[in-house]
Parts: sequence; C-alpha cells; structure tokens
Amino acid sequence: MHGALAGGLLATATVPDALTFAVAAIISVVGALGVVLSRNPVHSALMLIMTLFGVAVLFVEEDAQFLAAVQVIVYAGAIVVLFLFVIMLLGVDRNESIAAEPMPAQRWLAVALGVLGLAEVILLARGKWPTGAHTVAGPLHGTGQANVAVLGRSVFTSYLLPFEITSALLVIAVIGAVVLARRPRGSGEDVDPSIGPRVDSGEIVAGGGGSAGRGGAGAGAGSAGAGSAGAVSPEQSIQAERAAGELVTAGEPFGAVLKEAEGVSIVQRRES
Amino acid sequence: MSVPASFYLTLSAVLFTIGAIGLLVRRNVLVMFMCVELMLNAANLAFVTFARELNDVAGQAAVFFVLVVAAAEVVVGLGIIVAIFRRRVGATADDIHVLKG
Repeated sequence: MHGALAGGLLATATVPDALTFAVAAIISVVGALGVVLSRNPVHSALMLIMTLFGVAVLFVEEDAQFLAAVQVIVYAGAIVVLFLFVIMLLGVDRNESIAAEPMPAQRWLAVALGVLGLAEVILLARGKWPTGAHTVAGPLHGTGQANVAVLGRSVFTSYLLPFEITSALLVIAVIGAVVLARRPRGSGEDVDPSIGPRVDSGEIVAGGGGSAGRGGAGAGAGSAGAGSAGAVSPEQSIQAERAAGELVTAGEPFGAVLKEAEGVSIVQRRES
Repeated sequence: MSVPASFYLTLSAVLFTIGAIGLLVRRNVLVMFMCVELMLNAANLAFVTFARELNDVAGQAAVFFVLVVAAAEVVVGLGIIVAIFRRRVGATADDIHVLKG
C-alpha cells in the first residue's frame, strides 16, 4: 500500500514536490500523534509546534507564502508560547497517566467515531467536489502579483467588513482575558506583599517548578518564613502540596488554604 | 506538476481526526485545547488546498480570519483555564462538570 501511495504521488508530481509533501506530511502527522499521546503537557506543546511547522511547509508548497509566515509567527511564536506560559504558570507540567481512564468505553467509542469520520472524508476527497460559482474575491494565480499583494487586496476590499469586525473581536478578547484573569477584589485571594517571590532553592527543586500552583507557593513561603532553606525533603514537600491541593478542592477560601498549607509544611518539618 | 489536491485533503482529514480523537480521549484541559488548535490547522490546510485548486483568493482570506479568531479564542480559553485552576489545583475536564456560579 505504501508503494502504491508513493507511486501515485510520483506519477502526478515532480520529485522535489512529492518529496517535500511526503516529509512535511510525515512531520505533521507525527507531531499530531505526539500532541495526543504525550503524557507531559509541555511535550504536547512542543509537538504542536512540530505539526504547525509541517503545515507551514505545506502552505509554501501550495503557494500561500504569506499564510506560511503568519502560521510560524502567530501560531508557533505566540499561541504555543502562550500555552507554555500557562502550563508553567499553573504548574501542570507533571506527567499524567494516560492509562487511567474512568470511562473505558469512551476511549474506544472516540477512536471508532474518529476512524469512521476519517473514512468518510477520505472517500469524499477521492471523488468530485461540489464546486459552485467562484467568489467575488478574484483569482489567486495569473494576476502577475505576489501572494501578499493578492491576499491584501482581497482582505482590504472584498473582505473589509469582516476585517473590521475582526478588530472588534480582538478588543473583546483582550477585555475578556483581563476580566477572567483578574482576581476579585476583597476575596482574600490577594497575595501578601510581605511573602515576596520564592527564594527557597530547595523548595523549587522539590516542588518541580511551581507545581500545585498557589498551594506550592504557600508551602514555599512557609519554609522561607521558617528560615530553613533546603531543610525540606522532597517527599515532605510533595505531601504538603497534596494536602494543600485537597484543601483547595474541598472548596475552602484561599486565605485559609494558604495558612493551612503553611501550617502543614511547618508541622511536618517539626515532626522530622 | 504539483502534488494533487486529494493528497492534501486526505492529510487534512487525518490531522483533523487525530485532533478530534485527542479532544475526546484526553482529560487534561490544556491538551484538549491543543487538540482544538490541531483541528483548526487541518481545516486551514483544506482551505488553502481548495484556494489553489479552484484558483480563488477566498480560501486564503478565510484562513487569515481563522488565524485571527484562533488567536482570540486561545486568549479567552487560556484565561478561563487559569481562572478554573485558581479555584482547584490539578483540575481535569471531568472535575468541571458542575458549572454553577
């Protein structure tokens, strides 16, 4: 089957084109599988970059140079970096066991559904496509202009109204992000300025780069206050973080959780 | 001659399927979000393929707008994820089934 596929590719395309397509397609699919199968979210994000680069190469191959550049700059340069920021900020960069599945039937149902949809789409891709009249946007090739010029003329003339609406959408997204990320005032969640940044090197090693989020920060502040840098063993720190996480999931106010987390870590240190 | 469109469309379908299966299977909210990005990219690939095949700029303009909407979506989505994780540490998608205020 692979031979037939390669033969079909080489029969219709020149060798450089076919080779470029094959390499970029393999890179994209491997990256996509890596996103789904990686246990660590950081690895997933890096695999996503791989897929995005593969798709960017395919964009160049299809005479969409501007979109390829935007793909690399916006997606790989901004969106994935934003993902990595959030992963590191929330401290969820720990391995997750993929084998543990509360609903085993769901997994097989998902795979079966996906394969069914894939078969249908591939079947459709092999046949004739229903293609209506051309849009008012104009032709892509044969205008004697570069890709950016053609696309820019189209966006700023035929698609001017959607372009303007896009600007409103971006403003709304920025305002929404600020509203969502802002801490509600007077809820006891404000960070105590006297705590300051985490300077306890032992805690950073034990905590695995800020895992468990605020709970971990609370434990770090507790050990810094006790003035015993590096005196906490990793096991104790992880236990304290777990206790903090359980308290958070129990739905208590965050000020109490922070105090409890510090108390737990200090009590454990005294026990040792 | 360049590679025929059916190869690109098949690759786009494969990428979309991998993203859809990942969205259904994974429980980490961030990875699910990445799978949505994967599906958007697969759709973009199909758009660009049809733009080339039908010699029409509209396909590439559509990809342009999809990119903008995806960027806005990521900003708001990650804001929601940060807000959720601030309430409960280590939340998965199964823990957020009660969405009352």
